[in-house]
Amino acid sequence: MRFLQPTTWAEALEAKTVHPDAVAIAGGTDVMVAVNFGRLRPAALLDLTRVGELQEWGTEDGVVRLGAGVPYARVITELGDRLPGLAMASRTIGSPQIRNRGTVGGNLATASPAGDAHPALLAADAEVEVASVRGTRTIPISDFYRGVKRSALAADELIAAVRIRPPSGPQQYSKIGTRNAMVIAVAAFGLALHPDRRAVGTGIGSAAPTPRRATAAEDFLAGELASAGLWESRAELPATTAARFGELVASAAAPIDDVRGTAAYRVHALSVMARRTLGWAWTEYRTSKEV
Amino acid sequence: MRLTCTVNGSAQQVDDVWEGESLLYVLRERMGLPGSKNACEQGECGSCTVYLDGVPVCSCLVAAGQAEGRAIGTVEGMGSEETLHPVQQAFLDAGAVQCGFCTPGLLVATDDLVTRSLAAGAPPADAEIREALAGNLCRCTGYEKILDAVKLAAQRMAAPTTGAPR
Repeated sequence: MRFLQPTTWAEALEAKTVHPDAVAIAGGTDVMVAVNFGRLRPAALLDLTRVGELQEWGTEDGVVRLGAGVPYARVITELGDRLPGLAMASRTIGSPQIRNRGTVGGNLATASPAGDAHPALLAADAEVEVASVRGTRTIPISDFYRGVKRSALAADELIAAVRIRPPSGPQQYSKIGTRNAMVIAVAAFGLALHPDRRAVGTGIGSAAPTPRRATAAEDFLAGELASAGLWESRAELPATTAARFGELVASAAAPIDDVRGTAAYRVHALSVMARRTLGWAWTEYRTSKEV
Repeated sequence: MRLTCTVNGSAQQVDDVWEGESLLYVLRERMGLPGSKNACEQGECGSCTVYLDGVPVCSCLVAAGQAEGRAIGTVEGMGSEETLHPVQQAFLDAGAVQCGFCTPGLLVATDDLVTRSLAAGAPPADAEIREALAGNLCRCTGYEKILDAVKLAAQRMAAPTTGAPR
């Protein structure tokens, strides 16, 4: 095994081209588990923790560009106001020790259906910026997940950053697990209301081969809010609308039975989480000032 | 490969490190520092918690090469048998040590929590303690005594003159 330790982004991309079978490592919270248990013996580890560009975030044209190597702990402390949904998801991850190391870039690279950041990224319409020596491309988050732990990343590419537009409305996140820390989600749900474009964003976690949106639920809710004039009136949301939204979110899932829960439980939990997060988000929208 | 880093303030250099090795393995098996414990090897239990450039991490999830040039702090650097660290003394006084396997990780995590809390102006509240130590498992289930120990440590570290001998 080789240990590659580039100190610049250009060096990192060069290394990935020369060693396409190298496994990138940042916080190590996925990669080192696999190495420790003998499940992963890559030809090389490509350590990205020395690449300064990856450890930064900034705002470009109103969009937050979150470097792939920024740990969850910093998403929580530095971006809680700009990226509330992702910060909420980040708070549910692991323990302080894990949040000090684990990164959104790593969550994307692993592309586990249970990755906690994914529902929040889907709901917020994030984009993934990936690069190789061939150039840089931006992948809409919905196109990034290609199967269980498979993504649109090519063998010579690395994840540079995630681009997320700060919300124009409330965001919520909910996760089911057996305790309040150190759990892989049984099921998770992310919600974003986008009043600026009269749209709704959703993200389902741990309940399908990949993280996915519930597009029928999004279209239904956006349609109801528009036809009843609720975006403008900020009136109470009919209980039937919230219940139907929950049903449509649940019907978008394709879960399996596994050690963490049954498919039937996951479907039920999703309908409850979708209804509740919508309730919280709508209450926040009703009580927030018009912008 | 060769690894050079600082551990508990002392420069360390070890050779023949396997590229897939964890920092925990290097500390325990190559540097003679077995204080950090090896239990789950997947970041679940916190018994291998060390400071990496001042930040608490699971050393089992840090690839050895990632520690190159970094400053590591382990439980061995907290105190000596003659002069215990106030967190160590508080764990003893509160009866928070049973089998002791989780203790080194809890000591590092507690030291980080109490230091940060006091720097911010107040000892940690119960909810903060539970959140901060959520990644440290004690299978003797001595959590109530551990909570007592953290509060005792915070009290003594806020007013060291009234605490245990340092």
